[in-house]
Amino acid sequence: MTLFVDIGSLDDIPRQGARVVKTAQGCVAVFRTADDQVFALEDRCPHRGGPLSEGIVHGTSVTCPLHNWVFDLNSGQAQGADKGGVLTYAMQVRQGRILIDAGLIRRSAAA
Amino acid sequence: MKRKLVVIGSGMASGRLLEHLFDAAPDAWDVTLFNAEPRGNYNRLMLSPVLSGEKTYDQIVTHDDAWYAARGVDCRFGEPVVGIDRANRVVHSNRSSARYDALVIATGSAPFIIPVPGKDLPGVVAYRDLEDTRAMMDTAGKDAVVIGGGLLGLEAAAGMAARGARVTVVHLMGHLMERQLDPAAGYLLQRDLERRGITVHCKGATKAILGTDRAEAVLLEDGTVYPADLVCMAVGIRPETRLAVDAHLEVERGIVVDDALRTSDPHIFALGECVEHRGQVFGLVAPLYDQAKVLAKTLMDQDAVFAPVQTATKLKVTGCDLFSAGDFAEAPGREDIVFRDPGRGIYKRLVLENDRIVGVVMYGDTADGAWFYGLMKDGADIGPMRDTLIFGPAFQGGAAADPMAAVAALPPEAEICGCNGVSKGTILNAAAGGACTLEAMRSCTKASASCGTCTGLVQQVMALALGGEVQDAPAGMCKCTDHSHEDVRRLIRSMGLKSIPAVMQDLGWKTVGGCHSCRPALNYYLLAEWPLDYRDDRQSRFVNERNHANIQKDGTYSVVPRMWGGVTTPSELRAIADAAEKYDVPMVKVTGGQRIDLLGVRKEDLPHMWADLNAAGLVSGHAYSKGLRTVKTCVGSQFCRFGTQDSTGLGIRLEQVLWGSWTPHKVKLGVSGCPRNCAEATCKDVGIVCVDSGYQISVAGAAGMEVKETEPLATAATEDETVAIVTAFVQLYREGARYLHRPYKWVARVGLDWIKAQIDDPATRAALIERFEISQSVYRRDPWADLSTPAEVPRWAPLADLTLEAAE
Repeated sequence: MTLFVDIGSLDDIPRQGARVVKTAQGCVAVFRTADDQVFALEDRCPHRGGPLSEGIVHGTSVTCPLHNWVFDLNSGQAQGADKGGVLTYAMQVRQGRILIDAGLIRRSAAA
Repeated sequence: MKRKLVVIGSGMASGRLLEHLFDAAPDAWDVTLFNAEPRGNYNRLMLSPVLSGEKTYDQIVTHDDAWYAARGVDCRFGEPVVGIDRANRVVHSNRSSARYDALVIATGSAPFIIPVPGKDLPGVVAYRDLEDTRAMMDTAGKDAVVIGGGLLGLEAAAGMAARGARVTVVHLMGHLMERQLDPAAGYLLQRDLERRGITVHCKGATKAILGTDRAEAVLLEDGTVYPADLVCMAVGIRPETRLAVDAHLEVERGIVVDDALRTSDPHIFALGECVEHRGQVFGLVAPLYDQAKVLAKTLMDQDAVFAPVQTATKLKVTGCDLFSAGDFAEAPGREDIVFRDPGRGIYKRLVLENDRIVGVVMYGDTADGAWFYGLMKDGADIGPMRDTLIFGPAFQGGAAADPMAAVAALPPEAEICGCNGVSKGTILNAAAGGACTLEAMRSCTKASASCGTCTGLVQQVMALALGGEVQDAPAGMCKCTDHSHEDVRRLIRSMGLKSIPAVMQDLGWKTVGGCHSCRPALNYYLLAEWPLDYRDDRQSRFVNERNHANIQKDGTYSVVPRMWGGVTTPSELRAIADAAEKYDVPMVKVTGGQRIDLLGVRKEDLPHMWADLNAAGLVSGHAYSKGLRTVKTCVGSQFCRFGTQDSTGLGIRLEQVLWGSWTPHKVKLGVSGCPRNCAEATCKDVGIVCVDSGYQISVAGAAGMEVKETEPLATAATEDETVAIVTAFVQLYREGARYLHRPYKWVARVGLDWIKAQIDDPATRAALIERFEISQSVYRRDPWADLSTPAEVPRWAPLADLTLEAAE
């Protein structure tokens, strides 16, 4: 069973925006869509390392700000011609609080 | 054993001859080169760009001392030849002599000086060499008269006008360039020149040049007097034949040569503007280069025949596009096809005889000139395409085969899209795999998906693969909609749409929430249309505009404080230095726009750094925005000994009016205090060059992926008027341009004439300024101050830091 840890309030993230959570495994981008869905993805584009948390969020996709690679927030997979993907992390929203996979506190991901 | 070759005259024709000769037979000749001018060969065609300041003399030198030295040429520059001793085969200059086995006369031409009183006064020049050019470069703020409205005279006039002179062109005939242009095109040319402040006086016969010690004015037969500190005579040239005449060679108008370019003496040859071949003399460079090729072969004892071909004329005046070739006099059996677009100042005329083109005149849009010229040279039968001929190759269904042939010849590994490293082979494969629209090609290969400058090439490669059946990119602004940018803007206005969701709903967007391409565009269109009602959507902005700093490749940011007009103070510099040290800025760099860039700032430090800079009175420099960037200035009349106006003060004033405004793309200004143009104003979106009489405002320059000089918009007598015109222009651009089009692209779409008409109309100008000020009542404020408040600062830091918990 996945353990979760509270990282903040849903209102801390702007709609169609993201905030960063620093973890032992690198930065994680926590996205909020226009209809309040929340996703957590590795904040590092596989192309040139761009911060996806600074990309434009459209529908359930985000565009990397450096070279316009587009990622599906559900799967973390690059869309269109670009091949590659980023890790996605389990998360929940409960009573307006955002909870993320507590495994991120550890130095390496649980197998 | 080497034979001795003596060449008289170091011009473009003999220069080309020597190149051919040394390339083909480097050891055949010992060359001695005499030149009356104290220098070697330079590109005389480029004197006009030197005059206008677009090039320097050094840039137009074709053969320097090292070139001659490497080939063992005995250079005798500054030594005019005074005689040829044909019996002993010796050439004498004013200082030395040289024996020859073969002699080449390349003395060129001499300017024709009309025999009027005053023609020998100081201040009267021709337009032949560097000395003349230098005299004309020194006319800023002075009066200049050019006698002769032909190719050379107009280039002289435009060049001096660009230097800031008040120029009048006096022309004997009824319209300008009457040998190359018909009256209609001559009229358009005259109108364009007059817009640049050049006075044109046609049907003007010069009676005298007035002045006691030097030229002061020009008097015409009709009594008109034009003041003139400098008079340039550019009425024509005649072959320079005096040496040949003295040597008793056969001379008519020029030195007579046969098809091998031999004169009446078998040891003496001639080429260039000094020769006459089958009754024809030459003034354009292309036939001279052909002569050089032929004479090189003759000198190597090979058979070669000079056969002149028709040549086309282009005027080298930036901003005046004209093209002329062939014969366009009216005659029985000749027909015209004429196309006019008065609004954009375009005129095209084809003269036909027996379904073949015999003459081409184009003004304003000369892109198809080479194609028409090719048809004319080949004597092609244009009967089948006569209906659409005037519209050019694009309308001939396959007739525009030339660019395709070039693309077809590229190897598969040739890189087509430089941004994304896509090769021709990749595009061909994708097309074979079913990507038959540009959009499909972009999404499966990324070709032309970044800067877009290769789009035409990508389409051509696709056409190659698909047999000419490329479907154009859909008209829509992106894949989310079929509406074009222009349509979306119109509908936003007419339907009163005031939010991004409203636009997407009512215009039937095909995606949820748009994409990274349409969202920033919509945000801009809405805030430009409804400055008071619409609230800027930060989440629809590209990261740099959302975070008010430029993101770098490692995710850090650069911070550029505004320095009004590029002017700063010791205390501002101290505050910048303090901030750089306090936040461990790894690089401090001076930008091209006269600002200081602090590179490598962490996102969470941004609001703190801004607060520190704000405290010293510094605000955002908007170095990240599609908006007013910088106004670059020179020091102007306050300190500079050449400055004519307070360019620094004007730049600061413009920046204080325009700062904070959002525009379709970035906008950069330059203000130079004199035509020396130290602020490089003439490659900016808006450039102002101060002159004695006021301010020359030009627009639509570019110095990025494309480089383009600005085009004159207006001249203003006062600072107030200058600020008004610039403000109105910027607002017109804000209201009309497509998102991400710089002003030069927008101006090319709507035409400078239309823009001038708007700005020139007092009511329209005032309304534009008023709308700009309404928008600025919202946006003329410092975003750094707004985003470094206690409520905002926490939002720049990470939401949570789980590494700290791990450490506990």
